[in-house]
Amino acid sequence: MEAFTVHTGTAAPLRRSNVDTDQIIPAEYLKRITRHGFEDGLFKAWRDDSGFVLNQPQYFGVSVLVAGPDFGTGSSREHAVWALQDYGFQVVISSRFADIFRGNSGKAGLLTALVDQDVVERLWALIESDPSTPVTVDLAAQTISAGDVVASFDVDPYVRWRLLEGLDDIGITLQNEADISDFESARPTFTPTTR
Amino acid sequence: MGKTLAEKVWDAHVVRRAEGEPDLLYIDLHLVHEVTSPQAFDALRATGRPVRRPDLTLATEDHNVPTIDIDKPIADPVSRAQVEALRKNCAEFDVPLFPLGSAEQGIVHVVGPQLGLTQPGMTVVCGDSHTSTHGAFGALAFGIGTSEVEHVLATQTLPLKPFKTMAVTVHGSLPDGVTAKDVILAVIAKIGTGGGQGYVIEYRGEGVCELSMEGRMTLCNMSIEGGARAGMVAPDETTFAYIEGREHAPRGADWDAALAYWKTLVTDADATFDKEVVIEASELSPFVTWGTNPGQGIPLSGSVPSPEDAADDVERASIERALAYMALTPGTPMREIPVDTVFVGSCTNGRIEDLRAAAAVLEGRQVADGVRMLVVPGSAKVRLQAMSEGLDKVFTQAGAEWREAGCSMCLAMNPDKLTPGERSASTSNRNFEGRQGPGGRTHLVSPQVAAATAVTGRFASPADLAR
Repeated sequence: MEAFTVHTGTAAPLRRSNVDTDQIIPAEYLKRITRHGFEDGLFKAWRDDSGFVLNQPQYFGVSVLVAGPDFGTGSSREHAVWALQDYGFQVVISSRFADIFRGNSGKAGLLTALVDQDVVERLWALIESDPSTPVTVDLAAQTISAGDVVASFDVDPYVRWRLLEGLDDIGITLQNEADISDFESARPTFTPTTR
Repeated sequence: MGKTLAEKVWDAHVVRRAEGEPDLLYIDLHLVHEVTSPQAFDALRATGRPVRRPDLTLATEDHNVPTIDIDKPIADPVSRAQVEALRKNCAEFDVPLFPLGSAEQGIVHVVGPQLGLTQPGMTVVCGDSHTSTHGAFGALAFGIGTSEVEHVLATQTLPLKPFKTMAVTVHGSLPDGVTAKDVILAVIAKIGTGGGQGYVIEYRGEGVCELSMEGRMTLCNMSIEGGARAGMVAPDETTFAYIEGREHAPRGADWDAALAYWKTLVTDADATFDKEVVIEASELSPFVTWGTNPGQGIPLSGSVPSPEDAADDVERASIERALAYMALTPGTPMREIPVDTVFVGSCTNGRIEDLRAAAAVLEGRQVADGVRMLVVPGSAKVRLQAMSEGLDKVFTQAGAEWREAGCSMCLAMNPDKLTPGERSASTSNRNFEGRQGPGGRTHLVSPQVAAATAVTGRFASPADLAR
């Protein structure tokens, strides 16, 4: 996984709350067995609408999504994160994220920056008045700066460390393989197996 | 200080705890299906890692299998590729699999409990958010994403930060006609789709303890729709009676040891929850959703709400969008809204008790003209059980379609879909835009309300039919 330190890019305002993972990518796309190429399914139901924010030329090439509260609710599909990343997003900013989505994002290297709704509103106003405004997200400093908006964001400290280091989860866990073996040898005999 | 049930189960599974790091939690049972696993197996292959404990892993085909003509090749090439990938991966990594056509095949969350694999005090994960279902047994069960699936396959553990704890207490016995589905829809309407975020919910109180295991599974199943990671019910005699004698239940001395341990799995009297919600059972009645998230629900006796009732601009916009999508006018009584399709099934309400409840309403009645009703058992075993009780005959004689087991129209990954603009009364768990097919309009209800609605063609409860 590539390390994430500072990212600067333009941003799109997604003025919707409760954007669930079915909206981010419909179940239809879950049938694929590959890991990449999900950008065509991103926000599928809305992409046919020329008024949808990502269809407006001024938001082509964005890499930061500024979304309404409760982003990523619903199904646990990690494809939602992949679709956002495949489209080119590196950061999603919102005042509330669904837990599983947030966990999935951290593992895949998509930064979910948690801010007050007031910051979201100011960013929306800013990037709507000037879509070319660069938005800089500094993970080490935990700050977002864009035009006259400067705000700090929350991120889980462990996720932050992993993103900064670009570390893979399984590798970290397997450093403690002996602990796992010890635990296994002490499990009660009544716990079932699938054999 | 005492511990909650969730904290007890968590603490019993900590492999490693270090300052500033998430706990490394051992996973007792990992359930796998065709949709969220192919990329995980692929990654194992790429990194040369084996499945650490295939004997604690179980796979089934459910999300996109067809529910008719299951003896023929799967028509949709993409669905077929996923199912074939699962079969290949399970063979290569030695993971037990119940394929389509097997007597044990079914929705992953129906299969685990029916085999007796889901037991109190266990940690259960699956790449599916409705894994919370298994919490009905006092297990800590939660959905994970595909990279976590890979992590569990490779290590049988997950690094996790402890969840916060929430108690949802249902005071008093449920009134007649009120089901577990109505309880959970009312809970979500009360706390909102984000109300449970970061929490594991423990459902307590008379209204919960009096539920069957099937009812408790329905309740825990939809915890995720309130934003919670997991839902749990403390195990009791109902739980033990359900498990005893099942294929993977402990036997002999193991049963005694297990039972002694399971009986300790209750929240201590002096334990505290981070949040408490109380529901008065006497205030509950059959529930139905009107909008496009499971929190947008009201009693069946109510009317479609108005954007003007919203507390703030965000909610107002949400109501407006939901009404536009659902093609509903504020003030319309729910009982006057006609439906096109009725779906009974899913991991929420596809168990034998649900089918019995729907059949009891349909017995001697007919599905209304112009209404399509689909009954999809949660597993092949549920299907056989229902047929041995003659329920299939009740459904088909009433004019409903009797199908093979699978997730089916709950998420429309197989050919069972709503057409654009079609309106359903569905016993499933999500009424999101397009969930049951692009442009489809979903209303979540209990099996009893679904069956009564099929008879009248408009939202109705069994009590309405008797009148």
